[in-house]
Amino acid sequence: MFTKFFYNLRNANIPVTLLEYLTLLKAVKLGLSEYKVNKFYYLARTCLVKDERNLDKFDLVFAKSFQGVEYYLNHQDFILDIPAEWLRSVAERVMTAEEMAEVKKRGGFEKLIEELQKRLNEQEKRHEGGSKWIGTGGTSPFGADGFNPEGIRIGQNTSHHSRALKVWDKRQYRDLDGGVEIGTRNMKLALRRLRNFARRGTPTELNLQQTIFNTARNGGLLDIEMQPERRNTIKVLILFDIGGSMDYHIKTCEELFSASKNEFKHLEYYYFHNCVYERLWRDNNRRHVNSSQTWDIIHTYGSDYKLIFVGDATMSPYEISYPGGSVEHWNDEPGKVWLERFLDKYQNSIWLNPVPINYWDTTPTIREIRRAMGGRMFPLTIEGLDDGMRELNH
Amino acid sequence: MNFKSTNNYVATEDLLIAVNGAVALEKPLLVKGEPGTGKTVLAHEIASSLGRPLIEWHIKSTTKAQQGLYEYDAVSRLRDSQLGHEEVNNIANYIKKGKLWDAFSSDELPILLIDEIDKADIEFPNDLLLELDRMEFHVYETGETVRAKLRPIVIITSNNEKELPDAFLRRCFFHYISFPEPEVMEQIVAVHYPDIKKKLVHEALTSFYDIREVPGLKKKPTTSELLDWIKLLMSEDIDPEALKMKEGKNIIPPLYGALLKNEQDVHLFEKLAFLNRKEQS
Repeated sequence: MFTKFFYNLRNANIPVTLLEYLTLLKAVKLGLSEYKVNKFYYLARTCLVKDERNLDKFDLVFAKSFQGVEYYLNHQDFILDIPAEWLRSVAERVMTAEEMAEVKKRGGFEKLIEELQKRLNEQEKRHEGGSKWIGTGGTSPFGADGFNPEGIRIGQNTSHHSRALKVWDKRQYRDLDGGVEIGTRNMKLALRRLRNFARRGTPTELNLQQTIFNTARNGGLLDIEMQPERRNTIKVLILFDIGGSMDYHIKTCEELFSASKNEFKHLEYYYFHNCVYERLWRDNNRRHVNSSQTWDIIHTYGSDYKLIFVGDATMSPYEISYPGGSVEHWNDEPGKVWLERFLDKYQNSIWLNPVPINYWDTTPTIREIRRAMGGRMFPLTIEGLDDGMRELNH
Repeated sequence: MNFKSTNNYVATEDLLIAVNGAVALEKPLLVKGEPGTGKTVLAHEIASSLGRPLIEWHIKSTTKAQQGLYEYDAVSRLRDSQLGHEEVNNIANYIKKGKLWDAFSSDELPILLIDEIDKADIEFPNDLLLELDRMEFHVYETGETVRAKLRPIVIITSNNEKELPDAFLRRCFFHYISFPEPEVMEQIVAVHYPDIKKKLVHEALTSFYDIREVPGLKKKPTTSELLDWIKLLMSEDIDPEALKMKEGKNIIPPLYGALLKNEQDVHLFEKLAFLNRKEQS
């Protein structure tokens, strides 16, 4: 029935499934939409969209898929009452070929903008029809609803195809469309592999084994033994590469950061640029004022921390192997030495690389870092994260 | 049996369709929206509008899905066995019913509110999939299967603190309560304070929407805060004229404490007022 609409939604990357589509059909069959377009729109929205970030996309697809349909549905009964409106919209649909050619003739896009500005200055009152002024209908390149192949659309939220406001044209959910395709949920699930449960803190749970044992020893009189809840005690130190070539991967890194912040209670993080040297920092805006000695960090966090580097490892080879190779400052010792110091202290360490795995071999520094890490470099994808967490658990 | 706007709740058309659709198709309705847009109140209103009992299950970070079904109190049973109580022989005496069980065994079709589902552990919604789908669950201790006599109407609210799993979302109807337009807001205020002066409402709403427009606010005031504020304005008998943001004189509204809940936001307003005064002089 609405198969095309369904596929349009899927093509627009809205995650709709057959189950939801069937639910919609069932709802329509039950007459919940009362065969009115507005109600159908609300019904379809509530059945098919499950995330407010997709609402705006849904509005766009709906407008596209049902263009013109609402006219017939809403106005069948009213056609006789409002012939003027009916006539006007018919006129709009049957434009002649000459007229179409005529509108095509007017200059390119830039010229249109220029014209628009000029005419906005000239225009004094609201206008409808005609071919010069800005308004609704008509063949001027500016305004809403008119026919002009290169026209500029100015805020079409009332439509003269129907008397009522088209709700999906309002696009009131535009702000919510984050364009986020994968959420942090999958990442959190992958990070969950890294768990190390231990009982610490206030005893709140019944220790059944110990209670039975104590009771038996007590000659059958009940002796309850409580124990603290099991909690994840894993400690994680994450070092993020930031700036330069990492700007392309900023979204993935943000997601990883927010996912790990939620998942680990003991999480420490620092930033570096390209390769680790004698200083790391926490606040990227104040990095030159407020940075920490790398030695201090290595001494502060014990070797039970799991170390995760996040970086593209894409830099000049000098930055790894030569003193003074850093692009930002003079470093007395090469990055490689600092990397090894980290690896000596933290037995469990991995490097997560947002660069796709098939490009790794083409960049010499990725190969070099990977060798230094003993092969423990994983792509920053869900599977890579999964493998990485498994490695850290060893 | 249709849900409509009530004497103290203004429901928009899209909300009505979502609720009535969920009721007709017996699907849970997931409601999201800014805090203070009336998500929890919605369930209360549906219950009172349809004349149904409301069963509320408030979720906390420590809530487990099992607690909604039932809990087996092994410690009480162990203790009672020591004292030689009669009940000990029947394990059913130590099964405590959860909210879901209550809803399933209700003789009248109930409304079940699962409030702030995102507060719980990330796996919580997954653990309830089957129970909400088939409206039945199994009690291992007694071997009985609890089936819903009447499929309850389930309303679930979420504040978006955690993402919900796809499999769960697919089984729900979804409604996002967007922030009310000024016209709807006027109706909402009228519903709550029927004898308020028109002028005061107008001025209060104007400055309320102006405040929401201020860029950089940490926490935008919402409907429930507006209602509190108007109540305050009424009880203090503030002159509507005083609310007008005249030439920067009154950029901080009176009794702003009801609207701005964050000291950074208050600072922001003070700064704006200062800049405004500077421009004037």
